[in-house]
Amino acid sequence: MPARMNTSDIRLHARGLSKTFVLHTQGGVHIPVFDGIELKVASGECVCLHGPSGAGKSTLLRSLYANYKPDAGEIRVRHDGTMIDLLMVEPWEVVEIRRRTIGYVSQFLRVIPRVPTLDIVAEPAIVNGVASGEAHAAARTLLSRLRIPERLWSLAPATFSGGEQQRVNIARGFIVDYPVLLLDEPTASLDAANRQTVIELINEAKARGTAIFGIFHDEEVREAVADRLFEVGKQPLRKTRLSATAAEAAARCQPLLLRPVTTSITRRQRNTR
Amino acid sequence: MTALRKLAPRQALLEVSGVSKSYGGQVGCVDVSFAIYPGEVLGVVGESGSGKSTLLACLSGRLAPDAGAIVYDMNDRGPVDILSLSEPERRRLARTDWGIVHQNPRDGLRMDVSAGGNIGERPMAIGARHYGNLRTEAQDWLEKVEIDLARTDDKPRTFSGGMQQRLQIARNLVTKPRLVFMDEPTGGLDVSVQARLLDLLRGLVRELGIAAIIVTHDLAVVRLLADRLMVMQRGRVIEQGLTDQVLDDPHHPYTQLLASSVLQV
Amino acid sequence: MKRASTRPAQGYNFAYLDEQTKRIIRRTLLKALSIPGHQVPFGGREMPLAYGWGTGGIQVTASIIGPEDTLKVIDQGADDTTNAVSIRRFFEIVTGVATTERAEEANIIQTRHRIPETPLQEGQIIVYQVPQPEPLRKIEPRETETRKMHSYAEYGAMQVALYEDIARFGYIAKTYDYPTLVNARHLMSPSPIPKFDNPKMESSPAIQLFGAGREKRIYAVPPYTSVRSLDFDDHPFEVQKWEQCCALCGSTTSYLDEVITDDNGGHMFVCSDTDFCNTRQREQAQAGEADDSAPPTALAATEIPS
Ligand SMILES: Nc1ncnc2c1ncn2[C@@H]1O[C@H](COP(=O)(O)OP(=O)(O)OP(=O)(O)O)[C@@H](O)[C@H]1O
Ligand SMILES: [Mg+2]
Ligand SMILES: [Zn+2]
Repeated sequence: MPARMNTSDIRLHARGLSKTFVLHTQGGVHIPVFDGIELKVASGECVCLHGPSGAGKSTLLRSLYANYKPDAGEIRVRHDGTMIDLLMVEPWEVVEIRRRTIGYVSQFLRVIPRVPTLDIVAEPAIVNGVASGEAHAAARTLLSRLRIPERLWSLAPATFSGGEQQRVNIARGFIVDYPVLLLDEPTASLDAANRQTVIELINEAKARGTAIFGIFHDEEVREAVADRLFEVGKQPLRKTRLSATAAEAAARCQPLLLRPVTTSITRRQRNTR
Repeated sequence: MTALRKLAPRQALLEVSGVSKSYGGQVGCVDVSFAIYPGEVLGVVGESGSGKSTLLACLSGRLAPDAGAIVYDMNDRGPVDILSLSEPERRRLARTDWGIVHQNPRDGLRMDVSAGGNIGERPMAIGARHYGNLRTEAQDWLEKVEIDLARTDDKPRTFSGGMQQRLQIARNLVTKPRLVFMDEPTGGLDVSVQARLLDLLRGLVRELGIAAIIVTHDLAVVRLLADRLMVMQRGRVIEQGLTDQVLDDPHHPYTQLLASSVLQV
Repeated sequence: MKRASTRPAQGYNFAYLDEQTKRIIRRTLLKALSIPGHQVPFGGREMPLAYGWGTGGIQVTASIIGPEDTLKVIDQGADDTTNAVSIRRFFEIVTGVATTERAEEANIIQTRHRIPETPLQEGQIIVYQVPQPEPLRKIEPRETETRKMHSYAEYGAMQVALYEDIARFGYIAKTYDYPTLVNARHLMSPSPIPKFDNPKMESSPAIQLFGAGREKRIYAVPPYTSVRSLDFDDHPFEVQKWEQCCALCGSTTSYLDEVITDDNGGHMFVCSDTDFCNTRQREQAQAGEADDSAPPTALAATEIPS
């Protein structure tokens, strides 16, 4: 894999990032996910977050978007030529940074009901000041490339198939040339042809200098786009702190609610061993 | 490494600090502080009786808080504590630079006045005296809120709940306020009507760059409309932040309960 | 002019009200004059007339009238209707002042529903009887709120009422009690006079006093004060017009009443201001005597049904 990391052009640099979920509704159980993580990405580079299911890849990616709030650390992002700590700024500043600097393609499309697909895809460009006509033209191009049939463009995506929704989501993420792009399994439910298109889109973005963090389960996609892997779940973790009552409560609801949580804890403990 | 800095400082549109209000021994709201910037939409959620409407009434100058300051960046004067304004100044602010959308359209509309007249009231109050222009403007707004122009001269009592609510929105937005207070704007409407109203509100708020404070107990409403979210319990703000942060990664036990109960629906 | 035949009736104070009450009302009037168009509350007295029969106007007149004054009383323009006659008789009894039907002879004119056609002059006082002093009442039933609307000059809602008229009828259909803005500040009901009379209030040389008995409010317009009728740029204020002229005096400039003359739909238009009409007829008759060629008015001799 080509390692063309250019340290002088770091776009995002996270340091000392830690995240533990505390589930108050489930007896206060603590779920440590990562602790003291450091990672960075440079312009034109694609870093693949790698690790077993439940290792915390999505949690990390969401943290980098300030969707989850890390308990400690900093996320420095180059915004308008200056490094800004995403965890220190006011909410409106986060909104501003998300609008212009960091794009995020989530695993699932979450949009406003009733809004036609074409408008959903064009919106991020429009809020970045692109004229509506131009934005819609770009949206058409992307939707065509991603093989969304034209007859669907004027419909709201609520009734679309999972794969169609994901492609709408991808189009929405690529319509703006964000300096930093976060991709959570963008090809998970796509066929080979569309997977290939996404690979092309990612590589075009890299060529333009976009810095990318992505989660790619698909080996083929990973090989085609990732410059290096970042292992999630390999970092040293604090001891899980379960109070006696919390543990009891957790044990009580285990069959119903906590199974995925406990499995991930055991798995991670195995990893750390 | 490059020095960290914050973004260029911005003047908050409304800055609230330490606002408290109690009714006798009853807690209304306690020590509420936050700032809202131009174009931002802030959601306020919490169970009924948690102090949301009390807070909104204090912020919009309809109720005097026991303590605290509410500083508004007035168009012509810059930041001013609204509690230091005289009553006429406050009333003027409320019908020009602010909008107030009430939960019950009866409180926000003149039920005996036609839809056109309802929309025209604010412009007329600030001196508009050309009937033709007033009517054109009213109809522009009826179109924006998707009310059939044939209903221009009908009274709101003949409208459905959703139409009344949309008319209330038009009546408020016609003067292009910079800040709109909304108390349960979708309360009492059925789900499909709600969705339409929300979609409309969202479009207008974005298009006009209006800042809004929306009180609701419906998390779907804030998910769609609000950039930021403030969660209240027993009069206090227990958690606040970006809407998606608060809903996806809630920290306070009450917020976690709130967020999880939505997921179960 | 008619000097009362009797001395003021025994057992009453001059002008019926006691001096203390009159002083209080005069003080109220001074306040009202100093804030043109602003409604001032006053402790209304019981009068020997039911509310709705001009008690507000009567109290105002009683408070300002002196033995040397000459009084004219009209009801809907006429001096000879039952109400006008009984109010005039009341003041004759309790003051002994001179009364007149001639507008230019009177220095106090108490009126219900009209302003005389003869232009008022300096030194004259016109006293209006007012049933509802609050022009905003129909729009805003809460007194606390209307008081604020006046204090802060928030009159958009009144404009809305006119907007509603145009929306419904294509023009401002309000024909009487047409809202005015006094001294560019206070919204004022002109009392239920036809809007035809509104322009007469504008910069009038006379003092205009308004008394509302049941609502216990007094307001006033000092001489030479602006009294503007509300309107829209593209629907300017207009007064009523008639295609006919007065069937009795031929006037083309006065406010006309339609009068039914028989059971077969016969009707005619005549001046509502009886003094104005009678004077014109008298003048025409005199001119006719002097010059036979003057055109006789067809119905000059006909009895006018009242
Ligand atoms: N919002 C949340 N609240 C509480 N716990 C959470 C939340 N999101 C994730 N977790 C927990 O954090 C841990 C990491 O989950 P995450 O979704 O980040 O894993 P992942 O590496 O993306 O897994 P996968 O490969 O299956 O997508 C899990 O134990 C999960 O249950
Ligand atoms: Mg994941
Ligand atoms: Zn005549």
